[in-house]
Amino acid sequence: MISIDFILLVSTLMMFAGVYGFLTRKSTLAILLSIELMLNAANINFAVFNNLLFPNGHEGVFFAIFAIAIAAAESAIAIAIMINIYRQLQNISVDKLTKMKW
Amino acid sequence: MSYTLFILLLPLISFLLIGIVDLDIPKTGKVWSHKVAGLIGTASLGIVTILSYTTAYQYFFCTPRLSDGTLPTLVPYNTTWLPLGDLHFDLGILLDPISVMMLIVISTVSLMVHIYSFGYMHGERGFQRYYAYLSLFTMSMLGLVVATNIFQMYLFWELVGVSSYLLIGFYYTTAPAIAASKKAFIVTRFADMFFLVGILIFGYYTQSFNFSFAGTVEYADNVAHFIPCNPETALVKNAAMTVLPISLVLMFIGGAGKSAMFPLHIWLPDAMEGPTPVSALIHAATMVVAGVFQIARMFPIWIEYAPQSLSIVVWVGAFTAFYAAAVACAQSDIKRVLAFSTISQIAFMMVALGVCLPGHGEHLNHSGLGYMASMFHLFTHAMFKACLFLGAGCIIHAVHSNEMALMGGLRKYMPITHWTFLISCLAIAGIPFFSGFSSKDEIVTACFQYSPWCGAWMTMVAAMTAFYMFRLYYGIFWGTENKEAHAHHTPHEAPWTMTLPLVVLSVITVGTGVVTTLGGFLHWEWASFGSIVSASGIPYTVHFDPVVASVSTVVAVCSILLATWIYKDEKQPIADKMYAAAPRLHRWAYKRFYMDEVYQFVTHRIIFARVSRPIAWFDRHVIDGFFDFLAWGTHKTSALIKGFQSGSVQTYAFWFFLGTLLLLLIMLF
Amino acid sequence: MNFLSIFVLIPLLMLFGLWVARNLNQVRGVMVAGSTALLALAVYLTYIFIADRQTCDDPMLYTASFDWFPALNIKYSVGVDGISVAMLLLSAIIVFTGTFASWQLKPLTKEYFLWFTLLSMGVFGFFISVDMFAMFMFYEIALIPMYLLIGVWGSGKKEYSAMKLTLMLMGGSAFLMCGIFGIYYGTGAATMNIIDIANHTGGAHAFESGSLQNLWFVFTFAGFGVLGAMFPFHTWSPDGHASAPTAVSMLHAGVLMKLGGYGCFRIAMYLMPEAANELGWIFLILTGISVVYGAFSACVQTDLKYINAYSSVSHCGLVLFAILMMNQVACTGAILQMLSHGLMTALFFALIGMIYGRTHTRDVRELAGLMRIMPFLAVCYVIAGLANLGLPGLSGFVAEMTIFVGSFSNEGAFYTTLTIIACTSIVITAVYILRLVGKILYGVCTNEHHLALTDATWDERFSVVCLILSVAGLGLAPWWVSDMIGTGVSPIITVIDSAKEFLYVPF
Repeated sequence: MISIDFILLVSTLMMFAGVYGFLTRKSTLAILLSIELMLNAANINFAVFNNLLFPNGHEGVFFAIFAIAIAAAESAIAIAIMINIYRQLQNISVDKLTKMKW
Repeated sequence: MSYTLFILLLPLISFLLIGIVDLDIPKTGKVWSHKVAGLIGTASLGIVTILSYTTAYQYFFCTPRLSDGTLPTLVPYNTTWLPLGDLHFDLGILLDPISVMMLIVISTVSLMVHIYSFGYMHGERGFQRYYAYLSLFTMSMLGLVVATNIFQMYLFWELVGVSSYLLIGFYYTTAPAIAASKKAFIVTRFADMFFLVGILIFGYYTQSFNFSFAGTVEYADNVAHFIPCNPETALVKNAAMTVLPISLVLMFIGGAGKSAMFPLHIWLPDAMEGPTPVSALIHAATMVVAGVFQIARMFPIWIEYAPQSLSIVVWVGAFTAFYAAAVACAQSDIKRVLAFSTISQIAFMMVALGVCLPGHGEHLNHSGLGYMASMFHLFTHAMFKACLFLGAGCIIHAVHSNEMALMGGLRKYMPITHWTFLISCLAIAGIPFFSGFSSKDEIVTACFQYSPWCGAWMTMVAAMTAFYMFRLYYGIFWGTENKEAHAHHTPHEAPWTMTLPLVVLSVITVGTGVVTTLGGFLHWEWASFGSIVSASGIPYTVHFDPVVASVSTVVAVCSILLATWIYKDEKQPIADKMYAAAPRLHRWAYKRFYMDEVYQFVTHRIIFARVSRPIAWFDRHVIDGFFDFLAWGTHKTSALIKGFQSGSVQTYAFWFFLGTLLLLLIMLF
Repeated sequence: MNFLSIFVLIPLLMLFGLWVARNLNQVRGVMVAGSTALLALAVYLTYIFIADRQTCDDPMLYTASFDWFPALNIKYSVGVDGISVAMLLLSAIIVFTGTFASWQLKPLTKEYFLWFTLLSMGVFGFFISVDMFAMFMFYEIALIPMYLLIGVWGSGKKEYSAMKLTLMLMGGSAFLMCGIFGIYYGTGAATMNIIDIANHTGGAHAFESGSLQNLWFVFTFAGFGVLGAMFPFHTWSPDGHASAPTAVSMLHAGVLMKLGGYGCFRIAMYLMPEAANELGWIFLILTGISVVYGAFSACVQTDLKYINAYSSVSHCGLVLFAILMMNQVACTGAILQMLSHGLMTALFFALIGMIYGRTHTRDVRELAGLMRIMPFLAVCYVIAGLANLGLPGLSGFVAEMTIFVGSFSNEGAFYTTLTIIACTSIVITAVYILRLVGKILYGVCTNEHHLALTDATWDERFSVVCLILSVAGLGLAPWWVSDMIGTGVSPIITVIDSAKEFLYVPF
């Protein structure tokens, strides 16, 4: 049995890797990947804490599954938006996306 | 006397009928419709005249007099038109000696003018509109004189003002007519504001708009019972005794505006831009005497509560009489001469009212000579001045100009006009056996009773009157004939529709004159105007004061002779010499002592340039500027902070995480 | 379901009808049917109200109420008294004539009428409501369409004007909302119903703290005062009216500005009598300024609509002025003035719109001699002008005289002075009206394009004649309106009078 600390360490690393990636990467696709990382970090936590706190329950697991499903949908939309942005700007870098302000 | 209601309704109906149909008919251009409009107006006025005469006959001869010999005040109609809390605004018909007399004056002159206008306005564009306005005016003026309360008087007062405005501006395509109509309305409106404030003060302090005080008038059996009023009970507010004179003087200012007293006279000479019959009806005979009528109407209150303030009326009247007479001596436009003459004559009536003081000790039962004289002069003046104006209309019709320079020697061409004009001139000059003599002589007598100075002053003005009227007469009918102007267009006598009214009015003038002059000398009771109109209502017989009568006759004859000497001949060396001796005085008088320029300065340079424009500027730039500044400020602030909304998702996310972290820290510690 | 709600239901049905209308004729048909129904209903209401008023002593007749947000005690409550009946009649006349005045409006006729109807729904709803929240809601419904109506169909600087008008009025309603909630919590009556608040134990006097009542009074009065064009919050009016299309100017000046005066009287004065007595003098001075200031400003304007807008500032100032005199006669006069000003200013704006539609200019300096070119419109313009300057026989005279007599019956030099100052406005009004008539109608037209213009068409004539008849009707037979309004005014005056000990007069 792996200690819960390690799993939480992994998820924390994933989380902050995601945050770091989200804040620093310029490519929209990379940002999307960072978001996925953060989501998965949260999902891991759901599953782990579910096992730890309510061994007989499955709510956390279900929630994680829901989050995965929503993440998939969200990625689909995000990529669709990116394609449209690409068509407009021939680029998907965030610092080129200045049309949306004000 | 329920038929009196039709005296008001008929002109109203004819106004609506002619006025509304007028809106569409001009396009078809049918001539008959114009004639029809005139006929409708004249016919309705004819009926009104008959009704007025019937009313007068019934009132003066068939109504039983009260025990003290006064004529009763009848109120055939009185309804509450607009309730105002404790007060109420009534409309009704009140018949007493002066209102019945006014009914006769108005309906007679108005009928004459209606007939006259058939000839004078023949072929004018807007013939129908003209008759509509005439009907409106007649209705309003009749309503004014039969008013049962001061507010009703104000209502019709405004209506006559508007009909006067519309009629002065009848030739609305010419600039002077537009300016004159505007001026007339605004000046009288300015005066009316004082009238209104006077009414408000009066209504507030006496709790009534009646011509007598609250609780003292009951309308029962269609007769108003004036219960002698006791100041302590009648006046609900203690301040009334000090406030009533103010109220009455404010009302007098309103009356002075309508009656063209100095310094509010400036509109009347310009009002001559209207058609001449209108000048005869409105600006000579009826509307301009509304101010005199108003004071006569309020006279019991003046005499009871503000006898001292009457001296204001005397001063204003005496000065105006002189001023207008002086200006009239120098005018060259015949209608202007007549206009200033009107101002001067109305001032005579004002003075006569002002000098009418209470008798000694007896309540209201004073000699009342001034009051009677004023009303009598109102009557006679209406007739002969209307005749003069209508005569002037015939002359203008013939010569196509108002300027005396283009006239001269017209007596050959226009005999009827000439004779009637002469009769009226003799009447206004105050020659015995013409109506003006009887009334003016009474006024002068009353002035002498008041103060010798006042009497002397008014005698002097009467002399000036005779002088300028005969200057006018000789200038038109004698003097040099302007051959150039007459070469291509020989003047001719006016058609019968125009001469008939002249004849009728001069017959009235002579008839009244002969009867009252003889009556005054021979003490005929029935021929005395005092038997029907007097301040207290108690009839008395007029006795001429032989000294005053002879003095004023001599003075008038002398003035006429002077005018004859100066102006009758074709060459006028004396007039030229007088002009050469004092050109500046002549110029000042000709320019009416620059009163118009003073007004022009006040309205344009002060009110418009110094008040209205700054206010408009202030509104646009300061007040509106403040709100625009608010909008601008909002805009600038948002521009300042909009950089925060950079559009960069990662910046947002960074702040988001920072915020989350901060919250976390706050929650932890 | 109370029959008063039909006033809101008809516009709703009209909206639906306009939505399904397929062509111009159907749009016009819906509008004519709807506005005629509204007018008929308003006339019927007036008729039965006068009869029922004799037998019933309740402050409001035909009341009905049902819960809307029970948690906040918000109800949809309706009811009318003499004042609201007069206002409903006015609104119905203006909507009816406004429909005909915009008969030939293009483009987007259908959309225009949709907003127009929504606006009138707000107005009718406002006047039938007795619940403060419902009133406020209808008030907002009436305000918002204004933005689009001016912004899309207006003329001149329309975007600027529309934005200015909307923002200023919304600013006013922000104050107003604070005021309404202040009243709601201040009285602790747990109701939004005006009559209930006034009749609540302690009633209108239930405010704990006088100072807070003063605050809410200022908020409410200023909030409604913005709409009532009170100095110095009137500047939306000239720009807004100048840019608005004809019927919108009519409806706005004719009815919407009356919401201000009505609200001031019905909510601010009625529910906060102590504050009204204590602070009335401040607003009295402001409105006194409005009266004279608007008239003076109108004297030097060159745009026909600006002249009329400033004239409205002056006349609406007189409405609030009279309300603040706080006595029966003056307040009756105020309501009469609302009616009268609504009718005559609508007439004015209708005529100006028709003249503008022909000449394409509203500049006084460019117009002359219209009397010869379009006699019908010119004559009606003169009548409107004369009504405006208070000619007896037309409505202005009745209202002004009632106001002056009422104002003068207040004791004290302060009131007397202000009344006399207000009286001067009748002279200044004459100056600008006659100047206008002399300049644009009289004289000779030298502009060749103008000489070829035609007179009014039948729909314009119909609309104008209806308004003139109303103006003349009110002016010739004022007693029944005056009586009807008086019955509505007296309970409010009783409440205000009961707090006379708070009255403050500067001198």
